[in-house]
Amino acid sequence: MTKDLAAAIRPTLVLTLLFAALTGLAYPALVTALGQLFFPAQANGSLIERDGHVIGSELIAQGFASPRYFHPRPSAAGKGWDATNSGGSNYGPAARPLVDRVKGELATLAKEGNPVPADLVTASGSGLDPDISPEAARFQIARVAAAQHLSPGAVSTMVSQAIQYPLFGFIGEPRVNVLMLNLALDKEAASGAKSAR
Amino acid sequence: MTLPGWTLILVFTALTIALAAPMGRWLFAIYEGRQTPLHRLLGPVERGFYCLAGVDPEQQQSWRSYAIHMLLFQVMLALLTYALLRLQAVMPLNPRHLAAISPDGAMNVGISFTTNTNWQWYTGEAVLSNLSQMLGLVIHNFLSAATGIAVAFAVFRGFSRHETRHLGNFWADCTRITLYLLLPISIIYALFLIASGVPQTFASTIDATTLEGAKQTLVLGPVASQEAIKMLGTNGGGFYNANSAHPFENPTALVNFVQMLSIFAIGAGLTWCFGKAVGNLRQGWAILAAMMLLFFAGASACYWQEAAGNPVLHHLGVTGGNMEGKEVRFGIAGSALFVAVTTDASCGAVNAMHDSLTALGGLVPLFNMQLGEIVIGGVGSGIYGFLLFALLAVFIAGLMVGRTPEYVGKKIEAREVKLAVLAIAVLPLSILGFTALAAVLPAGLAGPLNKGPHGFSEILYAYTSATANNGSAFAGLSAGTPFFNGTLAVAMWLGRYFMIIPALAIAGSLAAKKHTPATAGSFPTTGVLWVGLLIGIILILGGLTFLPSLALGPIADHLAMTSGQTF
Repeated sequence: MTKDLAAAIRPTLVLTLLFAALTGLAYPALVTALGQLFFPAQANGSLIERDGHVIGSELIAQGFASPRYFHPRPSAAGKGWDATNSGGSNYGPAARPLVDRVKGELATLAKEGNPVPADLVTASGSGLDPDISPEAARFQIARVAAAQHLSPGAVSTMVSQAIQYPLFGFIGEPRVNVLMLNLALDKEAASGAKSAR
Repeated sequence: MTLPGWTLILVFTALTIALAAPMGRWLFAIYEGRQTPLHRLLGPVERGFYCLAGVDPEQQQSWRSYAIHMLLFQVMLALLTYALLRLQAVMPLNPRHLAAISPDGAMNVGISFTTNTNWQWYTGEAVLSNLSQMLGLVIHNFLSAATGIAVAFAVFRGFSRHETRHLGNFWADCTRITLYLLLPISIIYALFLIASGVPQTFASTIDATTLEGAKQTLVLGPVASQEAIKMLGTNGGGFYNANSAHPFENPTALVNFVQMLSIFAIGAGLTWCFGKAVGNLRQGWAILAAMMLLFFAGASACYWQEAAGNPVLHHLGVTGGNMEGKEVRFGIAGSALFVAVTTDASCGAVNAMHDSLTALGGLVPLFNMQLGEIVIGGVGSGIYGFLLFALLAVFIAGLMVGRTPEYVGKKIEAREVKLAVLAIAVLPLSILGFTALAAVLPAGLAGPLNKGPHGFSEILYAYTSATANNGSAFAGLSAGTPFFNGTLAVAMWLGRYFMIIPALAIAGSLAAKKHTPATAGSFPTTGVLWVGLLIGIILILGGLTFLPSLALGPIADHLAMTSGQTF
């Protein structure tokens, strides 16, 4: 036993250092170099810039409160859409705080239509879910169109164009990226304003 | 439930079975120490490592020697991470000047990652520097996986060799598994992840100004390199708090699908490798069949419950499945399947918040873990854990027919059965013992976020996850306290090494025995009868022990949920 222990000391010390250098430094460094070389946009966070400023990431939800924009799902990340503090509500199915929160969301949304799509009143797992369901997007068309002074038909077309469908029909769910849809909306509203002038 | 949802589960099951043979062949080459095409590139690295470490890869070790070398390595690795986290404030690659981690917190992380559990009490993006993530955590993702597979190889040799004390060389197994299996797959896998949207940079944060003019800070880092080995090695420790629910860790449904496959790939391959090692592939297929049946039952039950939704919310007028804690891009099926996969395989990565599953949907991951993480299981630990149950199954079959039990050419006698029971008894002792303790002590009762039976479930889940070395959580539990950090670390250590050491002792005992050829009187361990017996033994021994605790937690929760009672 002591002989075995003594024999194990050198390989333990040396291999701990060598493996730490290989898997903890060389491996991430190599992957970073290859990633930055071949896929720089994704490797740096799929950022979206407008007029030279970073306005967010295509993959990360951001908060929208204005009626002019499509709204994302409720977020339990920090105080809402906090990308330094991801996470869900962790409320159990029979938790009273969950019931109270959902009641609050429903009270606001019921003015816009009925029934309210489930994803609009439930917090996502990450709190940064960039997507909503197509039903949740269609649910918001009337409000957004009125606030943007666009026809509901035009906004509806934009929603339809923004839907991403499951791969091979079964990997994933139909979804709409809220930030990308809102960017398209801004563009449409700006060109609409220009042509009106 | 929908047709695409069932298609997803069925196609996933079929692909896992299809992966078993190719992955098994690759593993078998490493098991035997054969030359692979990668040796031309990585052979010099392997020889260099042995040379510097003074290791002779041909030197055979007894089970005791194998265990001692393995254990000392584990202690060293845990200490390294402890030191790195305690010194975080003065180490490089920390532009945000993040502070050192508390002593109990650093100890918990060191043990958590060394034992392949990857229980995380902390919010990764808020408290860990990029150096701590890479050097403190990623190395364990490789080495705890390599250790698990190495122990499985030693156990395979116990079955396949006879009249010897030799079980192989721990250092050679560990080095070859890392170099020829984990590292090359991880590099290719990480590049696929980056192409799909997972960040990979040494930069730390980016400030964005949102469309509505708010400030949003995005945390980036070497995420893809960590993510690849996190799944492949069934580690499960995420870069971000939300783990694989975070869009930067798991950006698309395709990535989600590949992540699930990569959790099962090596574990499924090891069943084939076992069959090959003992000279009868059907032995491996029988094990995989039992595993996949148990997996499919769990995945289906979870999908059924999540698709049925939450009656408490239905009562408010919300329709459809339970989307609380789930991401739209994965949906109900892609989340429920992930729940089953990650808890069958001791991975513990999550793509949905398990705490917010429906009551019975959340019972599935608890039950999966309580079976002992043997349904595919952790890489290596799944198959040696399963073989312990197989020994008990032949023992019980032997009692029924009055013959000395045999398994794959070895007589199973009192010593092996005692050791197997010892290893399996650690699970209820640690899970139920610690849960009972935490459920009465003020320090334990301070933990749960949810009230009522769900709060009990949070505590039960924590000790189940730690002992089973899974690492997923009912994350409402505030576990970053000295009480939870301490007790959970003990549970993780017990769950890992009090399984490994009896398994190695069994291997040593079996290797010393003669080969016993099968006769007409031997109980066949390949057919349908055997698979049925195995499943029965696993459910009775592994599952029934925990039924009372499940009644207090998820089952009581379900009754409350369906009757509209809230807490």
